[in-house]
Amino acid sequence: MGVSIQVDKLNAWFGKTQALYDIDMKVEANHATAVIGPSGCGKSTFVRCLNRMHETIPEARATGRVRIGELDVYNGTSATQIRRRIGMVFQKPNPFPTMSIYDNVAAGLKLNGFRDRHRLDEIVERSLQLSALWDEVKDFLKKKSGASLSGGQQQRLCIARALAVQPQVLLMDEPCSALDPISTGKIEELIFQLKESFTIVIVTHNMQQASRVAEFTGFFLLGKLIEFDKTEKIFTNPSDKRTEDYITGRFG
Amino acid sequence: MRTRFQQGLDDLRTRLLRMGGLAEQAVDRACQAYIDRDLSRCHLVLEGESQINVAEREIDELAFDLLAMQQPMAVDLRFILAVTKINSDLERVGDQAVNIAERVMDLVELPKVDLPVDIPRMAAAVSAMVRRALESFIEGKAELAQAVLEMDNVVDRMRDEAFIMLVKAMNERPEVTRQALDALLVARNLERVADHATNISEDVIFWVRGADVRHNVGNDVAAQHESTDTH
Repeated sequence: MGVSIQVDKLNAWFGKTQALYDIDMKVEANHATAVIGPSGCGKSTFVRCLNRMHETIPEARATGRVRIGELDVYNGTSATQIRRRIGMVFQKPNPFPTMSIYDNVAAGLKLNGFRDRHRLDEIVERSLQLSALWDEVKDFLKKKSGASLSGGQQQRLCIARALAVQPQVLLMDEPCSALDPISTGKIEELIFQLKESFTIVIVTHNMQQASRVAEFTGFFLLGKLIEFDKTEKIFTNPSDKRTEDYITGRFG
Repeated sequence: MRTRFQQGLDDLRTRLLRMGGLAEQAVDRACQAYIDRDLSRCHLVLEGESQINVAEREIDELAFDLLAMQQPMAVDLRFILAVTKINSDLERVGDQAVNIAERVMDLVELPKVDLPVDIPRMAAAVSAMVRRALESFIEGKAELAQAVLEMDNVVDRMRDEAFIMLVKAMNERPEVTRQALDALLVARNLERVADHATNISEDVIFWVRGADVRHNVGNDVAAQHESTDTH
């Protein structure tokens, strides 16, 4: 099951440049939360702080408190432990090109020393079913490489890979921006189904997508969380003028 | 800034204002035709109806295109939804003006009689409601629209009084029944025009404040936004 995420006074820097300012946010368990805002507003930095990917960049640092369920992300928990609980899907599908479809999905588990072959088969099948790819690839799981799939299939393969380690949270950083409308529709449908089992945070430039898939939406601007509310409220009657100006295309 | 989209919204606004002008003119002409028993004004109202109908279709088409092609959000989405509803109300206002004109055409065939009803006063109140509802749209000011909502009760009372007095007149003077019946129908038509002006005002409040105040629900929300009106 998914868990809630509690963010308190989160600040992030790239060297001396501050990218996030005092972000407070409560992400509900088993819901999809969208993060929107113009380029450079800090939305990707925000999600990368949730699984401590931000600190992998030289001179990048973050302060504040992030709790994933009972886990305190920045206090007494290793980055590896965190990333086992949080799967991540990126803008551009990035399957391991030399690995088969099966090995792509199993990679995370194998890396963690998982050796039970029978159980591994089960998890790979379940993950591919969850990502709505199983029917399309089940006949050549070990024969074809991940790179041989279409863009949309590759992205669903990456989702299956993230799900295989059985995370509680799934972070998606513009997962559909490189996909055609049909593949985008499949991923959005998938997000809807995955909410039953995971908590989802999705960064998107596509406001229609945010309004279609997310129950809650946060609007970021210049590193600050300007408004956070139910998606319906944000897109029909936002409280802050800056949110309204952005979503109606008056700037950004 | 989405220039083409903004142009589309401006176009929609201009067209609705033009249609509002036609509907307002139709009501004024019909009322004046009743007061003066003027057939020529009746014909102008009937001829003007087709213009209103054409305008209604054009506005709906443009609104539909903007919804489909531009995926508007927030205040823009509320604006377009409000315009489509106001459009429909204005078309109905035009229909009511035609109904009044048709009553007048019946009435001029009959002898002129004194009736205990002040149709000109009621017509003035209703015209003012239509005018102010359209002003609230032009200005984007919810407080102007709110004032129209309060005027609706006054017109309702006028209609009730007219009903009582005219029924009494019909009982006491059966020879004026047809004239009294026409006056009663005109009063009802005017009251319906006032209802459409009320609907228009509610749609303006929805557009400006994002509050649904129909059926007296949401007035509290609207009141909270008193000072945040746009445009």
